[in-house]
Amino acid sequence: MKSLAELQEIRNRTLNNIIMRKEDGQGVRVVVGMATCGIAAGARPVMSAFVEELAKRNLSNVTVTQMGCIGACRLEPIVEIIAPNEEKVTYVKMTPEKAARVVAEHIVNKQVVTEYTIGAAE
Amino acid sequence: MVNLKINGIDVSVPEGYTVLQAAREAGIDIPTLCYLKDVSHTGSCRMCVVEIKGARALQAACVYPVAEGIEVLTHSARVKRARKATLELILSNHDRKCLTCVRNQNCELQALCDELGVEEIAYEGVRNEYEIDDLSPSIVRDNNKCVLCRRCVSVCKDVQTVGVIDTMERGFATKVGCAFDKPLAETACVNCGQCIAACPVGALREKDGTDLVWDAIEDEDKYVIVQTAPAVRAALGEEFGYPIGTPVTGKMAAALKRMGFDKAFDTDTGADLTIMEEGTELLDRLQNGGKLPLITSCSPGWIKFCEHNYPDFLDNLSSCKSPHQMFGAILKSYYAKKEGIDPKKMFVVSVMPCVAKKFESAREEMECDGLRDVDAVITTRELARMIKQSGIKFRELPDEEFDNPFERATGAGVIFGTTGGVTEAALRTLYELVEKKPLDKVEFAAVRGTEGIKEATVTLGGKDVRVAIAHGLGNARKLLDSIRSGEKNYEFIEIMACPGGCVTGGGQPICSAKTYMDIDVKAERAKALYTEDERLTIRKSHENPDVKKLYDEFLEKPGSHVSHELLHTHYKARPKY
Amino acid sequence: MDMVRAHVLCCGGTGCTSSGCEAIIKEMETQLAANGLEKEIKVIKTGCFGLCALGPVMIVYPEGCFYSRVQAEDVKEIVEEHLLKGRIVKRLLYKETIEEDKIKSLNEVDFYKKQKRIALRNCGVIDPENIDEYIAFDGYKALGKCLTELSPTDVIEEIKKSGLRGRGGGGFPTGLKWQFAAASQNEKKYVCCNADEGDPGAFMDRSILEGDPHAVIEAMAIAGYAIGADQGYVYIRAEYPIAVKRLQIAIDQAKEYGLLGKGIFGTDFNFDLEIRLGAGAFVCGEETALMTSIEGKRGEPRPRPPFPAVKGLWEKPTILNNVETYANIPQIINNGADWFGSMGTEKSKGTKVFALGGKINNTGLVEIPMGTTLREIVEEIGGGIPNGKKFKAAQTGGPSGGCIPAHLMDTPIDYDSLIAIGSMMGSGGLIVMDEDNCMVDIAKFFLEFTVDESCGKCTPCRIGTRRLLELLTKITEGKGTMEDIDKMEELCYSIKESSLCGLGQTAPNPVLSTLRYFRDEYEAHVRDKVCPAGVCKALSKYMIDPEKCKGCSLCARQCPVGAISGEVRSPFVIAQDKCIKCGACMSGCKFGAIYKK
Repeated sequence: MKSLAELQEIRNRTLNNIIMRKEDGQGVRVVVGMATCGIAAGARPVMSAFVEELAKRNLSNVTVTQMGCIGACRLEPIVEIIAPNEEKVTYVKMTPEKAARVVAEHIVNKQVVTEYTIGAAE
Repeated sequence: MVNLKINGIDVSVPEGYTVLQAAREAGIDIPTLCYLKDVSHTGSCRMCVVEIKGARALQAACVYPVAEGIEVLTHSARVKRARKATLELILSNHDRKCLTCVRNQNCELQALCDELGVEEIAYEGVRNEYEIDDLSPSIVRDNNKCVLCRRCVSVCKDVQTVGVIDTMERGFATKVGCAFDKPLAETACVNCGQCIAACPVGALREKDGTDLVWDAIEDEDKYVIVQTAPAVRAALGEEFGYPIGTPVTGKMAAALKRMGFDKAFDTDTGADLTIMEEGTELLDRLQNGGKLPLITSCSPGWIKFCEHNYPDFLDNLSSCKSPHQMFGAILKSYYAKKEGIDPKKMFVVSVMPCVAKKFESAREEMECDGLRDVDAVITTRELARMIKQSGIKFRELPDEEFDNPFERATGAGVIFGTTGGVTEAALRTLYELVEKKPLDKVEFAAVRGTEGIKEATVTLGGKDVRVAIAHGLGNARKLLDSIRSGEKNYEFIEIMACPGGCVTGGGQPICSAKTYMDIDVKAERAKALYTEDERLTIRKSHENPDVKKLYDEFLEKPGSHVSHELLHTHYKARPKY
Repeated sequence: MDMVRAHVLCCGGTGCTSSGCEAIIKEMETQLAANGLEKEIKVIKTGCFGLCALGPVMIVYPEGCFYSRVQAEDVKEIVEEHLLKGRIVKRLLYKETIEEDKIKSLNEVDFYKKQKRIALRNCGVIDPENIDEYIAFDGYKALGKCLTELSPTDVIEEIKKSGLRGRGGGGFPTGLKWQFAAASQNEKKYVCCNADEGDPGAFMDRSILEGDPHAVIEAMAIAGYAIGADQGYVYIRAEYPIAVKRLQIAIDQAKEYGLLGKGIFGTDFNFDLEIRLGAGAFVCGEETALMTSIEGKRGEPRPRPPFPAVKGLWEKPTILNNVETYANIPQIINNGADWFGSMGTEKSKGTKVFALGGKINNTGLVEIPMGTTLREIVEEIGGGIPNGKKFKAAQTGGPSGGCIPAHLMDTPIDYDSLIAIGSMMGSGGLIVMDEDNCMVDIAKFFLEFTVDESCGKCTPCRIGTRRLLELLTKITEGKGTMEDIDKMEELCYSIKESSLCGLGQTAPNPVLSTLRYFRDEYEAHVRDKVCPAGVCKALSKYMIDPEKCKGCSLCARQCPVGAISGEVRSPFVIAQDKCIKCGACMSGCKFGAIYKK
């Protein structure tokens, strides 16, 4: 270890992996509905797509979690994006392709993909 | 200088002093038990605790360094109470067999009880019980009497660097012992007996040989000859109330004659003989390219140390037996023949300042034609006991001479008993033999004194002879290591196992720790020998008329075939463990 | 790079290891693989979470679900329900974390709420075998700051200003200790860490080393920089295999990263660290004995002065701090002395880790701000006494400490308050006792420990503690006299005053403090020949109530020594001279006819 910069680099690199354990919870949460209905509708590949896309972009401070059924089974797979100080956005009838777009536009560029949201579907 | 207050009195002492030393200078005697000057300073027994203002607990004066402005109370009620309690605890785990103890009335524990006013055994409880280790030919260890001051451990490990005893187990079960609980006899113990000299109580003592000697004296069939080593005369008087450093040669000779020995001779003659043989050996090695340095062999503790720890130096050892072994061999051959005594009936007793001599005389090499050179070795202490048992009023004895022949030992023989003495005796003879002219000054100041390692260079026949003298095996180790590493080179080395040489040997009267604090015992006893040397008219071994006669009539010349048969020996490497 | 969406943190501390966490971790890995989740869910073996009573424990992030008492057969359910489908397995959740069907953060439960984790901050949070995780949580930042921004004097001043005191028990100001060593002129100096935790029931240091070994390494390097030492030794007991292993891994990783070794952070500061294993002698926790042991000699203390800061290891200036003290150092450097000084009391700053044990519901490890009261620890954090029993006393400071009685429960826990009430902080063992504990027996228990652990060097400790134990035993056997109590007290004081080291000087504390607060119990043993708590066997009797005894003979059949006899269907009798007081009869009796007197 020859410099503080080197230390900082290791810190940043690792932080991405462990941010979910930090108690302050300032990150964006991607919540995938993974009840039977969700899984049946294809939630699993959707979640995998989110995980892959986030990893690809090396995004820290984003966590992917699951939730149970919220009662709108016909709209599954449902994904909620919860960012601090912002209103929760609910995307419905998700696919792996849509997931990639949500990551690129919503999570990275803070632009909600309105056409996939529950409002548009209704 | 450091200024402090002891019991309200201003005291000023040099830096590095302990509170104990400072108090002593101020005329205050703090009781001690584990402390032994130059040997043991572990602060473990807690007898010397004092109050240091500001310190929470009491502190051990023997290790507490003085510091500017400290205030010490050495005899406050709190201190006295604590000391007494500690002493009572020691007593609760002590066998208290004072009446039958070899150290009765010369025991530091008894003295402490007196000093601290112990009037009852305050604590009763379980006591540790141990088997007595009496398998060594020299030393008896009785842990039932041990107070765990560890003075023996310190002297064995730190001073002598022998390290065969140490503390084992822990807590209440702590004891002093040898590795794997082996008896001392099965270890690399060199039998120097410094542990005995260090012991404040009777936990360590010599293997008693007095009964054997009494039996021989009683036996009408036996012709019992006693010989006494040079250092014995310098210390025996202490057992009879003389100040340290009082030579009692004449009274000792008188006592021996009254005890029933058939003859009483002086081992000094053996010492003169040793000079002749060893000096010749040195000249031979110097002139004929023999193994150098030549190292003296009169200290059996050193010999065993060398056999265990420095087997690579065995060829450097002089092949000469030690003086009393030589003398024993001469008594049973030359003297027996001359006097018409059956050597088989002859019983030679050596009185030595040494317990290692007990081991030495039992070595299988120490005999010729099936005759043991020496039949019994007793120490100065045992001789004192025998004198007391004989009802002899030692102090009222007249000064007498040793028996004839061999009564005219030289000053050279006498000084064998102190460190540097053998070297000085050898130099006196070698110089005159080589240079063929008398010495201007008999004394060699450079080899005298109590410094651990002494060095000198003497010119003999145009050649520089480098001489080194070490006393105490720790110093011997240092010296040998410096030779091993190639850092130093010598032609002649004198090594004595005991610090100070034979005057402070393991068989000498035991001084208390307090005595050592006030008096340099080894220097005082050495002084007695040097005074004796000055008193004598013949001060060089080669001028001893009895020795000359011995060579003329029997041995022919030093290093002859006969002398090799009788006066020389060999050594063997021994394992360290 | 794969993104991991969930972390399963399994406690791999010694406590959970003994309750079977290894098998659970293995099962977790198997189940994850079976469900194809091994890439997106990471299993991390951490250090101790603190709630050892609930082990094996597991936390799943990002949700922060705290599963307790997990068994291998539960793992499949956790994987299939929670990790795969997102349905939390409620039945395994630590009950306190469930509130109105919601999951409370662990920090809000009683056990953790009052805690303030500084020394334990990373324990149970990071993977102790992964230096990157430590670095991610600001690890080695403090060392970097010291080496590049602060002078050694600055470092010492900061530590002094923080008010940090030694967590090993003595409470000596750490900064001052460093200052003394820094002032000693010598080309060679040493930094040592005391991980020879030996108090019965204490495991603070073990948990830190198991959970966050790098914190100690970083702190020792900082100490080395501050005093001018380039070599450190961690003296750790060989009975802590997990801690030893993790510490060694951590040292190796730090060396690989150049955080130990030569030219750290491109400066000219060099520091190396080695582990020295202790053979488990309690006295080797005493600083001079510890150093003697590192030197390869029999572990025995030596008198001070000279103090280690002047002449320590191999006679060179040395500092020795305990594990917990070191664990605070990087935080102080990172957050500042003022931040640290804002916690705790006036003279005792920061927090203290305690190992809660004995008669208490939440046995485990807690870290609390100094000044928290004993009542808060026992009743709130510790969850009170099991089975509705009454609190009688708490023992702190291990064999060197004392017992705190119920009426002093509101004493704030800090160095000086504890000393004032006859106990001491010690390294942090806290054992709770209820009405079923006999205080004479407790004193005897601790004394037996010191008698066993005395090194035997000095007289008062070697013989004195033994005699003390003999007197105490006499009392518990009903053979004591009132004079014995006085004699014992007197002996206690002389052992305290005269012993060579801290072990002996504090050995009588358990006796003295129980004498101080529970003298009546001693007197009951002596005068009335009764053990009020019914613990001391020699003073208790098992009796059969003839009214209740149905004469079923079960007790007679269960008695291992044949002390019970009688005719079937009439009351049985216990022969007191034969009875060994094992209690088998009483626990077997279906009619409650047997009682203890």
